[in-house]
Amino acid sequence: MAVFWSTRCEAQGVDYLRPSPRLWRARQAQLAAVAVPVVVVATGLGAVSSLQAALAALLLSLAAAAAAGVVLRRRVQSWGYAERDDDLLVARGVLVRRITVVPYGRMQFLDVTAGPVERLFGLATVQLHTAAAATDARIPGLAASEAARLRDRLAALGEARSAGL
Amino acid sequence: MSDGVVPAHSVGAGPELPIAWARLHPLSPLAKGGRAVLALVAVTVPRQLAGGGLEQSRLGVDAAVAALVIAAGVVSWLVTRWRVADGELQLELGLLRRQSIRVPLARVQAVDVVRPLAARLLGISELRLVLAGSGTGKARLAFLPQHRAVQVRAQLLALGAGLTGETAEAPERTLASVPNKRLIASTLLGSPAVTVAVLGTLLVVLTVVAPTSVGPVLGAVGTVLFGAAAAAFRRLNVEFNFTVAESPDGLRLKSGLLQTRAETIPAGRVQAVRLIQPLLWRPFGWCRLEVDVAQQREREVGEEDVGQLTRALLPVGDRAQADALLARVLPGAVTHPPPDAQAPRRARFKAPLSYRRLASWHDHEHFVARTGRLQAATVVVPLAKAQSIRWTQGPAQRRLRLATLHLDTAGHRWQAAARDRDLDQANELLRRLPSLARAARAR
Repeated sequence: MAVFWSTRCEAQGVDYLRPSPRLWRARQAQLAAVAVPVVVVATGLGAVSSLQAALAALLLSLAAAAAAGVVLRRRVQSWGYAERDDDLLVARGVLVRRITVVPYGRMQFLDVTAGPVERLFGLATVQLHTAAAATDARIPGLAASEAARLRDRLAALGEARSAGL
Repeated sequence: MSDGVVPAHSVGAGPELPIAWARLHPLSPLAKGGRAVLALVAVTVPRQLAGGGLEQSRLGVDAAVAALVIAAGVVSWLVTRWRVADGELQLELGLLRRQSIRVPLARVQAVDVVRPLAARLLGISELRLVLAGSGTGKARLAFLPQHRAVQVRAQLLALGAGLTGETAEAPERTLASVPNKRLIASTLLGSPAVTVAVLGTLLVVLTVVAPTSVGPVLGAVGTVLFGAAAAAFRRLNVEFNFTVAESPDGLRLKSGLLQTRAETIPAGRVQAVRLIQPLLWRPFGWCRLEVDVAQQREREVGEEDVGQLTRALLPVGDRAQADALLARVLPGAVTHPPPDAQAPRRARFKAPLSYRRLASWHDHEHFVARTGRLQAATVVVPLAKAQSIRWTQGPAQRRLRLATLHLDTAGHRWQAAARDRDLDQANELLRRLPSLARAARAR
């Protein structure tokens, strides 16, 4: 991970901003909401046959949950964005790594969304849309105030630099 | 609607565009309901004949249905009006759900003249305005008299370009046309040839391995063959008699067997150009040139044959023709890779079939990426049209120190992807392309 970050930062010569630390807590909560019932049910099912089976099921399901946790943690850490003079940079991805550059003038519209879990943690997702369907500039897990700041700044910059098709 | 006086200085421009509300051609409902009427006739006539003479009750029902269809068409024609005012094309349509459509002419990407079979027989044409946004399928004038449609298109395009509406139809010069023999041969060498080859092999293998199962399989084979034939015919129907001409307002494409279509692609609206060379075409040195403009085609009844195909700038032709056309659309773009454009040799571990063809290069105006083994494709994107730039690296690429760079455009069909570049080179591209694109936009 660290290597990726240094490569990206060095390659672009910019410092990335990160999503709010609360994003990780939101993801933990989401993981717990799935993992706890799974562990309980698996252990219960194992207990029906024997103690060893229950123990094995408990350990296996805990290991799976831990693995999922590690993946989620790395995913959360992989998000980064940078507002440069003329464009916005969004970096993300663990297995497939992506960096997207969107010139401010190319922005067609902005989306700020907050799902139920995000709202619980005071977070929001900002998404940029260009005229190209393939553009995938999405920044999840921003603190609500940061999301509003980013939205206003991007909208102003987009207005100032708007270019035709 | 065409009662304007022709001003002396615009001979050939035809009457002025209507400033007051005007109706479309009175035969429009007939052309629009052409399919419905044909279907009705096809159902009714055999039924009447089969009965061994006319039957009063059935005839009554059929006549009522036909009358309803015609009445609906006439009402729809009566409530549809159009005019040009304030640099907009204004359309009003619908009886129960009244709709008012305003099309700013400066935003028009292209104007197509479409003539379905029924309209051709009646001597009328449809004008279709192509815009960048979605939901613009209703921006159309269906139908106008044939010669008038051509005039109106020229006038709309002239108004959109900021000229007066009296500008004459711009003169045009034919750049290329495709002989129908070559078009048919190339179409057959495409998916139909592949289908036949695959099915033939399958049948031969089956006769050897399991002779008893050939019978049931034949039915399925027939269906697939029919599908392939239909697809080939669709392509022929759209691209028959193809000519491309140059005029001051852009490139004019004309083609069509049953339904003819004349499109204008305004200069500077091209988002990307693709040159493809299918495997079976290579012995003949043929290639195909396609353009992408910013638009979303509406899926509509009767339009599926056009909507599924890309706009070919040259359905089939030799490389010199394609390069000459490309030079018209995107001057200065090069489709032959410079020596250092190849992907590094280690890319063969990730793309064993196509790594020899993988290449990408760019200058201050264009970004070009070449991919593909079976269907070699070269995509040229003007840097000024880049909407966003994406750098991606999958796990295999990470091992090999490779990365892929995408240039996204407002076109909807393809984006240029420089696959499997050396990591340092990809990083360098990611750093340089945004500023190059900015400079290109500013020009």
